[in-house]
Amino acid sequence: MTEAALQSVSEMKVGATDRAGALRRFMVGDAVFRGATLVSALVVLLLLGGVILSLIVGSLPVIRTFGLGFLTNQSWNPVTDKFGAVPAIYGTVVTSVIAMLIGIPVSLGIAIFLTELCPHALRRPIGTAIELLAGIPSIIYGIWGLFVFAPFLQATIQPWLIAAFADVPGLNSLFAGPPYGIGVFTAGLILAIMVLPFITAVTRDVFVTVPPVVKEAAYGLGCTTWEVVRKVVLPYTRVGVIGGVMLGLGRALGETMAVTFVIGNAHRITPSLLAPGTTISATIANEFNEASGDLYTSSLISLGLILFVITFVVLAAARFLLMRLEKKAGI
Amino acid sequence: MKSMALYGRRRRVSAITMALSVAATAFGAFWLVAILATLLWNGVGGLSLSVFTSMTPPPGSAGGLANAIVGSLILTLMGVVLGTPIGILAGTYMAEYGRYSPLTPIIRFVNDILLSAPSIVVGLFVYEIVVVPMGHFSAWAGGVALAMLVIPVVVRTTEDMLLLVPNTLREATAALGAPRWKMIAGVAYRAARAGIVTGILLAIARITGETAPLLFTALSNQFWSLNPNAPMANLPVTIFQFALSPYAEWQQLAWTGALIITFAVLTLNVVARLLSNIGTSK
Repeated sequence: MTEAALQSVSEMKVGATDRAGALRRFMVGDAVFRGATLVSALVVLLLLGGVILSLIVGSLPVIRTFGLGFLTNQSWNPVTDKFGAVPAIYGTVVTSVIAMLIGIPVSLGIAIFLTELCPHALRRPIGTAIELLAGIPSIIYGIWGLFVFAPFLQATIQPWLIAAFADVPGLNSLFAGPPYGIGVFTAGLILAIMVLPFITAVTRDVFVTVPPVVKEAAYGLGCTTWEVVRKVVLPYTRVGVIGGVMLGLGRALGETMAVTFVIGNAHRITPSLLAPGTTISATIANEFNEASGDLYTSSLISLGLILFVITFVVLAAARFLLMRLEKKAGI
Repeated sequence: MKSMALYGRRRRVSAITMALSVAATAFGAFWLVAILATLLWNGVGGLSLSVFTSMTPPPGSAGGLANAIVGSLILTLMGVVLGTPIGILAGTYMAEYGRYSPLTPIIRFVNDILLSAPSIVVGLFVYEIVVVPMGHFSAWAGGVALAMLVIPVVVRTTEDMLLLVPNTLREATAALGAPRWKMIAGVAYRAARAGIVTGILLAIARITGETAPLLFTALSNQFWSLNPNAPMANLPVTIFQFALSPYAEWQQLAWTGALIITFAVLTLNVVARLLSNIGTSK
């Protein structure tokens, strides 16, 4: 043992120049590796910058031709080269609103169930099942929506909605017309299912961060489970829940394939939710490869830019809220 | 007496809301079962050896998905090979060299945006920077688009996993006289291996079913082609085209393809989960 140590020491003495060489190799190796990691990190920044820049460059013909009119024009006519983003933006917003109206309460319900009610042994499997919903590719939601869900809605829920609200002013125009099956309403419902796992994952994680002492104190005062959730858990986790909802909203706004299958791709704004419509992403997916002429292509890229700006704002807000939360938790 | 009535009402409200939360969970789980059941119902009938051995057919005749399956595998491989090194190195910078650098929070923020950015926008971007200069659709463009989806996932998991490596390990390695790169490559990566591999698997799972970014990059191909400079057949776009076609044979193939892709993705997800459990329980 000592012999071996002595031997290595003597070897070190012998190789004083070797040691300088080894140290230099170490330093060069470190500089190279550090440089490689830094460049890769900068690539991530460049990607986002590149996306924004390329979309702006691609939109230039539209900006030159239509200016801000692109954002207010309702017509979308490739034949006369008149393009406006309003129907697509409207469809994107309406489908996302439907998705949120259904997705938020259901996600919160699942998160409450998983954190407050579910027996420990079942938490993992049920949580995993919900998370696997996020793993299903969006094209699967699309094909399922088109062949199974839309015909089902057409035969059951849509005629019922039309009949039920026929005499209610306001709502009757919202649920009017023949039940097509496909349309804005169906797209919104599918988006609601798709955002469930995203909102649930975040809300469940922030629900778990509530200190048990606080909850136990509330139970000790005689609160019911619902009162603990409503008055203790939700106020404590408000920022995180909003962050999770924004994250889900970001997903819903940008979702492409599932919507493309079931929305009907009609560039018009109708008050009825049951009518076909379109969204920004569905328009791009449907028309980009067939777009002829610079202005048509550029209009689709401009739509992409609008979508990117909207989702960027939503996602940035979500991240900002969740980052603030992490800072508070001291992670 | 009055207080008892109030108590009863509070109990009832709680019972109702809790019942609703159970219903919400059943509602969520129901869709998973419904979708998987539909896929099995419609897809299993079309499963046969010829699906994996014959090419996508012209309308009205029988065929398989061999070129689409192989194309998907190649495109996924391209995406992973292009994206993973950049992702791991960037994550390494954030967790090791640049842990306290002001750049790191900015990169983390940008990466999180990329992580949930609409994939169709990624497709448009790659169309602009690869397809337009090359003058034609190509498998390369598809691979680049998928790599852009791989990078944020890998960056995120690599950083998270490296941050979990105890600093004492790093200090011990430094005390032995090892340079920093050796410490990272030999100690930190090894300690975080399970987590990083999980991240790569999740990234593969994510890009396996991605359709939108391939629509205007790799396009698709009716024929057998391994040429990376030409459009390449792939499962998602083939499913998209076949499902929306009026031909029964094509629709059947779309269902079968959907079944294959979903079970591939879900298997990857489950394996990744198991792996991360092993990694954390150790």
